[in-house]
Amino acid sequence: MLISIFNLLVFPGIIFLGVAGMSAEFIDRKLYARMQNRTGPPWFQPWADFIKLVSKEDVVPTEANPRMFRAMPIFALTSTITASFYIPLWSTHALYSFNGDLIVTIYLLTIPTLTYFLGGWYSTSLYSKIGAIRSLTQLFAYEVPLLMCILAPALLANTWSLSEMAKFYSHHHWYWMFNLLGFAISLIALLGKLEKVPFDIPEAETEIVGGTFTEYSGRLLAMFKLSINIETIVGASLVSAVYLPFGLQLTPALGILLYVGKLLFIISILSLSRTIFARFRMDQMVEFCWKIVSPLAFLQMLICLILKGVLAI
Amino acid sequence: MRKVVIPIGPQHPALKEPESFSVTLSGERIMAFSARLGYNHRGIEKACEERTYLQDVYLIERICGICSHTHSTCFVQAVEEIAGLQVPKRALYIRSIIGELERIHSHLLWLGVAGHEVGFDTLLMYTWRDREVVMDILAELTGNRVNYGINLIGGVKRDLEKQHITDILKSVDILEERTKYYIQVCKEESTLIQRLSGVGVLSHNDALSLGAVGPTARASDVARDTRADDPYAAYDELDFKIVTDDHNDVYGRTLVRLGELMESYRLIRTAIKNLPEGLISVKAPRKIPVGEAFSRYEAPRGEDVHYVKSNGTDKPERVKVRAPTLANVQTVAKMLEDGQLADLPIVIAAIDPCFSCTDRLISVNSSKSETLGSMKWEDLRLYGIEWHRSKGMDFSAINKKLAERL
Repeated sequence: MLISIFNLLVFPGIIFLGVAGMSAEFIDRKLYARMQNRTGPPWFQPWADFIKLVSKEDVVPTEANPRMFRAMPIFALTSTITASFYIPLWSTHALYSFNGDLIVTIYLLTIPTLTYFLGGWYSTSLYSKIGAIRSLTQLFAYEVPLLMCILAPALLANTWSLSEMAKFYSHHHWYWMFNLLGFAISLIALLGKLEKVPFDIPEAETEIVGGTFTEYSGRLLAMFKLSINIETIVGASLVSAVYLPFGLQLTPALGILLYVGKLLFIISILSLSRTIFARFRMDQMVEFCWKIVSPLAFLQMLICLILKGVLAI
Repeated sequence: MRKVVIPIGPQHPALKEPESFSVTLSGERIMAFSARLGYNHRGIEKACEERTYLQDVYLIERICGICSHTHSTCFVQAVEEIAGLQVPKRALYIRSIIGELERIHSHLLWLGVAGHEVGFDTLLMYTWRDREVVMDILAELTGNRVNYGINLIGGVKRDLEKQHITDILKSVDILEERTKYYIQVCKEESTLIQRLSGVGVLSHNDALSLGAVGPTARASDVARDTRADDPYAAYDELDFKIVTDDHNDVYGRTLVRLGELMESYRLIRTAIKNLPEGLISVKAPRKIPVGEAFSRYEAPRGEDVHYVKSNGTDKPERVKVRAPTLANVQTVAKMLEDGQLADLPIVIAAIDPCFSCTDRLISVNSSKSETLGSMKWEDLRLYGIEWHRSKGMDFSAINKKLAERL
């Protein structure tokens, strides 16, 4: 009982995820700045921003639906944290697992995007509404390739559980190499999920100010920001658990180090793409996802199905 | 989704100056676009009439923070023409060199802004870093990073020394290398090309009929450049090519500006090589004889036009400024026809707008009633008090209290 509560609240639960999310934001911002030849923020900048936001008052627009407006950030935060419990981080065991937790994790990671939509829609501001519609349109574009390319390794491992998948890939050492195409696709989808350049269309500041979050302020905005940071960590963990499942049988200390290394690798790829691309337009993004990314994800599934027959697993 | 009208401005992150646009959207598509100018009116033309010519040079320079040399040169040229002053050759060359340096800094600034509008912040950070090189040179030559204050009626204020010339050549080399890199980026980076090409199309005929100027016109293959059409300063002795492009879109405007950067480097090098010796200014009379003059100057954004009328005193009778943005702003509505909301910021930015240069006040007097359109200062004050009182805001008690305290 006590251990469970410790797991939920401290490690690898809320506090660990919060700290990791803040560090991820710092690393992302620092790398982004260094690649742009700027100095970048000091290590405590995300914390300072967070504390400042928390200490400000919450302004709820008069025409907004106050209940939905206030509830959405909490939904976003809780669903991302819950998703992390089913992902094996540095060993082959997740905190909780059952056959089918793969689908549950992906489902839980979809909820934040829905909350951005609902939060934006119920703020009733025009900028928020346009941002909300954009984030929903974007969801339909990247969610299908994401699901397909995460399903492919699961097909190879013949299981619906992330922990079982991790076990399978640590028994068959080099099988993860077959999924490298899926790794690339999942990074693209992750960029869309986290709404980062080139897919930051829902919050394109030069077009629609703050997008979905235009009307949010104070604690509610802080919660949204925190949930995005945690989503970065959870998303990166999911990608590393599915596509980089090596070194999972090391001692815990070494395992954690390796896990942090994998996360850093994924976060730096995200920062790099943020640096070198311009923002897509909505139609270009949808076209790109359906015409290029989805067929590639399908190809990855085919590869895994054929391999399954060839290797007779 | 039903049609919505969204306001872009007066306060909006895409706009660097307050200006109000309202866009009717159906989904992401723009159905109608209207612009309302007038948030930056400063009354500079009127203020010029109440100051001496020398003071006006400083005031006119402050019309624009980016093309400040443009406006002061244009004004000074007009006054020199009325006074019949023969400006020394060396001064004309120095004006051209500063003018080209200003074009470099303006185009680099534009490239960064364009990058930011399409969400490519790396381009913004890189170009603005390199822009510092030219800003430093301008500060070294004139003492200021902006509002150089180098023009005098009858010449320029500061001479170019040996050290300056080596520094200019050195930084032009650095900038040329960097610009080549940006040209490569703009020709190869696929997301950037996707966002810029086919956006904000202005056909050759539309550019001519709407009277577009500067890079906006040249990107629609209109070879229009005041430096070549009506040479001023030292441009008649300098050889350069008018950069045009037939893409007709924002991508073309980007390529034109990048091409112009390369031309500017070449111009500066030739100007420095041919820099004649001699005086840098002649003495100008305090009172300018009666007359009028019309002066044109190719600003980084297009053709700038000044009209000056003198009445024989030390103050001008009338000064009229037509900044390039006024000529270009009408093309924006055409460019946005059938466009998307996501393209709106970059299309507006592509004309390199400078709204504070553009804003003018026009009062229309009705032929029937003479009182319409003009109001005394005192009447305006009373009108304001009445207007607020009718809205339920009464400040008379506070005013009384303030008056007692004073």
